[in-house]
Amino acid sequence: MPAKLILIRLVEAFFALLLMSLVVFLLSRITGDPVALLLGDNATEADKVAMIRELGLDQSLAAQYWHFLANALQGDFGRSVAAGREPALDLVLSRLPASLSLAAVALASTMLVGIVLGVLAAVTHGTAADVGIRLIALIGQSVPSFWLGIVLIYLVAVQWGLLPTSGYGGPAHYVLPAATLGLFTLAAITRLVRASMLDALGSEYVKLARIKGISEAAVIWRHALSNSLIPVVTFMGTFFATMITGAVVVETVFAWPGIGRLAYESILSRDFPVIQAVVLVITALFILANLLVDFLYLAIDPRMREKG
Amino acid sequence: MRDLAFRVAVALLVVFVVVALIGPYFMEHDPLRGSLRARLDPPAWLPGGTWDYPLGTDRLGRDILSRIVSGARISLAVCALVIAIAGTVGTVVGTFSGYMGGMTDRVIMRVVDLALSFPVILLALLLGAISGPSFANIVIVISLVLWSQYARMARGETLRVKNEDYVDLARTSGLGHARIISRHILPNIAPSLIVVATLQVGVVIVLEASLSFLGVGVPPPNPSWGSMVSEGRSYVVTAWWVAMFPGLAILFVVMAVNIVGDHLTDRLNPALRGRGGA
Repeated sequence: MPAKLILIRLVEAFFALLLMSLVVFLLSRITGDPVALLLGDNATEADKVAMIRELGLDQSLAAQYWHFLANALQGDFGRSVAAGREPALDLVLSRLPASLSLAAVALASTMLVGIVLGVLAAVTHGTAADVGIRLIALIGQSVPSFWLGIVLIYLVAVQWGLLPTSGYGGPAHYVLPAATLGLFTLAAITRLVRASMLDALGSEYVKLARIKGISEAAVIWRHALSNSLIPVVTFMGTFFATMITGAVVVETVFAWPGIGRLAYESILSRDFPVIQAVVLVITALFILANLLVDFLYLAIDPRMREKG
Repeated sequence: MRDLAFRVAVALLVVFVVVALIGPYFMEHDPLRGSLRARLDPPAWLPGGTWDYPLGTDRLGRDILSRIVSGARISLAVCALVIAIAGTVGTVVGTFSGYMGGMTDRVIMRVVDLALSFPVILLALLLGAISGPSFANIVIVISLVLWSQYARMARGETLRVKNEDYVDLARTSGLGHARIISRHILPNIAPSLIVVATLQVGVVIVLEASLSFLGVGVPPPNPSWGSMVSEGRSYVVTAWWVAMFPGLAILFVVMAVNIVGDHLTDRLNPALRGRGGA
C-alpha cells in the first residue's frame, strides 16, 4: 500500500524537522547572552530589561520555544543582528537561488561524467584505463575541497587566466566551484556505477542479449546500464546532502553568495536569527530531497510498492 | 597491482604515525616561532630558497616542514580520540539497540537516522562556534557527529549474528545479557566495525582540517593542516607553497587511509564492496 508508506514518510519528515527546530532553538539559547550582543557595552540597565522583554527572554524556556515555533511556521525568524537588520528568512531565501543553481549544475555534470567514467572503467576492466579512472575516483574521495578550490583558483584562474577566480556571475563563474563541489560525488558515482556495471555485465540477461545478437554498444548502454543506475538513484539523497554540506566550504572559498556562505558568516558572527533560519531551511531541503528519492524509488522499483 | 597499492598505502600510514609520534623531536625549527628575516621564503629548490627551510616559510617566517610535522601529531591525536569516543558510544548504542529489538530498537534507530541525515559540517560548525575553538571541543564535536555511523553498523551486524546458533546456545546455557554481548556478539561484529573505523580516519582528518580551515577547529598558532591552508590562502598568488604543502599532506594521508579501508572492506566483508567512503 504505497499511500500508507507515503503517509508514514511524511509524518517522519515532520518529526525530523520538529526535532531539528528544538535542537537549533536550544543550541542558540545555551550560548552567550543575546542581549549583551545586541546592545553593546554602552547599554543601560533599563535598555536591557526592555530588550529582554522584547525578545521574550523573561518567559520559561518552553514558552519561548512555543513562540519561536509559532513564528517560524509563519516565516518569522526575527531580524538579522547584522547591519541592515533584514528579516532572517528573507536573507536566506535571497541567497537560495545561487546555492541551488550551483548544486544543480554540480550534480548534473557530476552524474553525467560519473556514469560515463564508471561504465568505461567497467568495460575496460583491468586495463590501464580502468586503473586511471579508479585513481581519479580515489583522489576525488580523498582531496579536501577547501584545498582543491584554492589550488584550482591558483592554477586555472591566476596562472593560466582561463576562468574567473571567484564570485557570482555568468556560466564561466560556475565551472571551478561546481568542479570543486562535485568531485567527491563524482568519485562516489564512478565507483558505484563501475561496481554495479561489473555485476550487470556478468549477469544472465546480458548474456542473453549478447546471444540474441544485439550490438555491444546497446548491450552496455541500454541493457546493463539501466539496471546499474538503481543504486545511483538510491544514493541521490546522500549526494544532494554532500553538495549542501560541501557548499559551506566551497561557497566560502569562492566567495559564492549562497546559503552555505551565509551559514558560515552567520555562525561566525553569532547572528542567531539567521543561524536558525538557515539551518532549518537547509535541513528542510535535506528532508525534502530524501523524501523525493523515496518516492522516486517507489516509482521505479515495483518490488517496493508491494511491501509495507 | 592492488597489493602494491595496499603496501605503499600501509607504508605511508606507518610513516605518518611515526612522524606524528617522534618527528617533532627531530625538527631544527620551532613550529610556533618564526624568523622575521625569513618571511615567505620559497622552498629549497626554487630561486631564493635554502635547505634551511626545505619547504619554505610562511608569513611569520615559520618553517613549513616543521609545522607539517607538528600538524601530523594534531591530526593523529584527533583521529585516535574521535575514533575511541565515537566508536565506543556508537558500538554500545548500536549493539544494545539491535540486541534489545522491538520498540527500544525502533526509537534508538530513529534518533540515529536523524543524526545521520543532518548536514555534518553545519552541525560541527554550529557546535564549534558555540563552544569556541579548542582541541577538546573539536574532538567532542566530531565525535558527536560521527558516532551514529558506528551505531548503524553495530546494530545491523548485531541483528545478523544475534540469531546464530552459538548465541542461542549461550542464552539457553543461562548466560546474562552483558556476557552474551561482550563474549559472543562483539567479537563477531568487530571486523565490520574495524572497517568503518578505518574508513572514518579519512573522514575525521578532512573534517578536522575543514573546521580548522573555517576557523572553528584547532585554534592558532597550533599548526593544524587545515588552518595552515587557511593562512596560505591569502598568499596563494605570491607564495603558493604556504597553502600547497599542508594540503598535499592531507591528500596523501587520506588517500592511503582510503586504499587501506577499501582493501579491508574487500577482504573482511565482500558484501559491502563499493559502498565505503561516504
